[in-house]
Amino acid sequence: MTSHKTASSQTFPAGSDAFPHRHLLGIAGLQPWEILFLMEEAKQWVDLNRKSSKHADRLDGLTVINAFFENSTRTLLSFEIAGKRMGADVVNMHAAQSSIKKGETLIDTAVTLNAMKADAIVIRHGSSGAVQLIADKVDCPVLNAGDGRHEHPTQALLDALTIQRRRGEISGLTVTICGDVMHSRVARSNIYCLTTLGARVRVCAPPSLLPAALDRFNVEVFTDFDEALKGSDVVMMLRLQNERMNGDFIPSPREYHYLYGLTRERLKLANTDALIMHPGPMNRGVEIDSDVADDLENSAITEQVEMGVAVRMACLDILTRKSRGVEGWS
Amino acid sequence: MKKNFTNARLVLPDEQQPVEGSLLVEGDRITAINIGADDQPDGAIDCQDKLLAPGIVDLGVFAIDKPAFRFGGITRAALMPDQAPVLDLPAMIKHNAVDGKPDLWSHPIAAATKGLKGQQLAEIGLMQRSGAKAVATGRQWIADSGIMLRLLQYCKSLNLPLIVHSEDAGLTGDAVATNGETATRLGLASATAAAESLSIARDIALVRETGAHVHFRQVTTTAGLDLIRAAKSENLPVTCGITPAHLLLSDIAISDFRTFARLSPPLRDEANRLACIEAVRDGTIDVISSGHDPRGPEDKRLPFAEAAPGMAGAETLLALAFTLVRDGIIPIGRLFELLSTNPAKILGVDAGLLKAGHEADFILIDEDAPWQVDTRKMAAAAGNTPFDGLPVQGRVTAIYKGGRAY
Repeated sequence: MTSHKTASSQTFPAGSDAFPHRHLLGIAGLQPWEILFLMEEAKQWVDLNRKSSKHADRLDGLTVINAFFENSTRTLLSFEIAGKRMGADVVNMHAAQSSIKKGETLIDTAVTLNAMKADAIVIRHGSSGAVQLIADKVDCPVLNAGDGRHEHPTQALLDALTIQRRRGEISGLTVTICGDVMHSRVARSNIYCLTTLGARVRVCAPPSLLPAALDRFNVEVFTDFDEALKGSDVVMMLRLQNERMNGDFIPSPREYHYLYGLTRERLKLANTDALIMHPGPMNRGVEIDSDVADDLENSAITEQVEMGVAVRMACLDILTRKSRGVEGWS
Repeated sequence: MKKNFTNARLVLPDEQQPVEGSLLVEGDRITAINIGADDQPDGAIDCQDKLLAPGIVDLGVFAIDKPAFRFGGITRAALMPDQAPVLDLPAMIKHNAVDGKPDLWSHPIAAATKGLKGQQLAEIGLMQRSGAKAVATGRQWIADSGIMLRLLQYCKSLNLPLIVHSEDAGLTGDAVATNGETATRLGLASATAAAESLSIARDIALVRETGAHVHFRQVTTTAGLDLIRAAKSENLPVTCGITPAHLLLSDIAISDFRTFARLSPPLRDEANRLACIEAVRDGTIDVISSGHDPRGPEDKRLPFAEAAPGMAGAETLLALAFTLVRDGIIPIGRLFELLSTNPAKILGVDAGLLKAGHEADFILIDEDAPWQVDTRKMAAAAGNTPFDGLPVQGRVTAIYKGGRAY
């Protein structure tokens, strides 16, 4: 397996060669050093966010629009805090306020947002590919905050940063991702991110929640959670979407917990210091038990949230460097 | 008035290669094929050695789009019942039958069930009396096997073919793609390709029961084609069709969320695509049609799952189908069986053949003429083709409907 140096010792290409993309629409197609560069840049913001004064002026005068066509609390708040801490004027557009509800097409909305001269637009949408559709129509950088079942790149970056800070290396670790993989953009982005960084990735789900052809994604596929857990260094649980649970994809939450719930007892099958992760919000007692989620030693769930703000600050900073005229970012 | 089309390369029934000769027309009918003879100097039209083939009969279009049909050499189009309002009343059939005349004949297809909802039989007997030549389930699959059985019994008694869309809706659900690597990478809701074969298997069982003629409008999977092949070997009255898109594209074409490649049934993987090519070669597939469904930006410039399925296919049908000849898969004679003869036979109309007594619907083709598919320049009501930018060969230079040039 290819070994990648940890970000702290990694050297990156100069200027925009380190991240030559206009938008951040997904992890698919990013080079390992590009992912590591984003993570490395995020670290300075982790430090800033732990100070009493958290303000940076890097994005002073810039306007960031968070256009959320799908409900979100955590991700929206994280992006809002990230933008504000960087000094940007942050405007949130919620789905309920959107003209989409009045029949306006997504492209009309994109053109409107573009005319408002935003410096960056953060988009969440319920349809796979919707963010790319908007990105093709606007002049400023677009950040994907989750599109349908497709990708959620900043979530994967914050997860990778969390793992890296806890374990030093990502390369060579065995990471098990378990849950509703079929409907999960978090799973897709994490599969791309972690395999690109050299981790051994296992994917586990009930057969009804496993998308087709996963074996072509450089991952091992399991339907037996106990087998998947054996020797895992990281256990990443996914939210089981309650709205899909009754008699549709799984027989019941009770049965799901029995077969796929992360319990203290089951966790013993993983390595003793296995890191426990969850993108939230959690269904406690369904995909994860509270005593596992709240484990002070091994659960990294709150740290993931903290890393989220730092990663989003880094992404906003990097994607606006060209428009801000930062040297080397043409 | 007599017209003699001379110096042509004629695509004749039972001939796999074009035959040099002339074709005599009187009024709206073909009256004679005079191979090698130019004995009617009056009214002679020199075809300049171009291919003279029967006009294309496009089975199962979703819109009557004359400019596109004229460009594509289509002289008759069978219109799917999925219109607004649905073609489920005799008056709707009568109204749509005149759309396009005189240069294009539209054959509206009767809805099999009221509102195409799959719950109550439509008045197919009365619609037949108003001019319907076939019945169709539209874009939908009829889930209720009891309804399907009664429908087939009716169709048999009226000697009407039933054109079906074959995808088990219980399996497809909200799917917009076929299960596989591409759909998983894009995070698109997808369904197993077995949705098609499951549906075909049921309908073949009911054909065996009733003896009704079922035409499977688009069969796109190995398993589905195997079922059709087996049914034909039993001499069951089944036929099937396909579009050039399903022959020439795999599901990779939907990468980057290209909504122009969002079709119904969805594009399949490469193995299934190759099986479709083989089924054209071995005669399992009877019809190649355009599936013409022009969709404007309001339907297509949307996130993939929200975009309407369908493509503008009429203009590209002939040129794309010609690649099968150029690649040595089928000869020209077989190509026009697929494009003209067989669809006319399914509809029961005297067209689709260069034969004395048949309607004088034919086209002149420069089969080597190169051109490039360009969504911005299409004659169709909308340019939603998945083949945008593709260089192709084969162009219709003249179109005759009922012996008159249009």
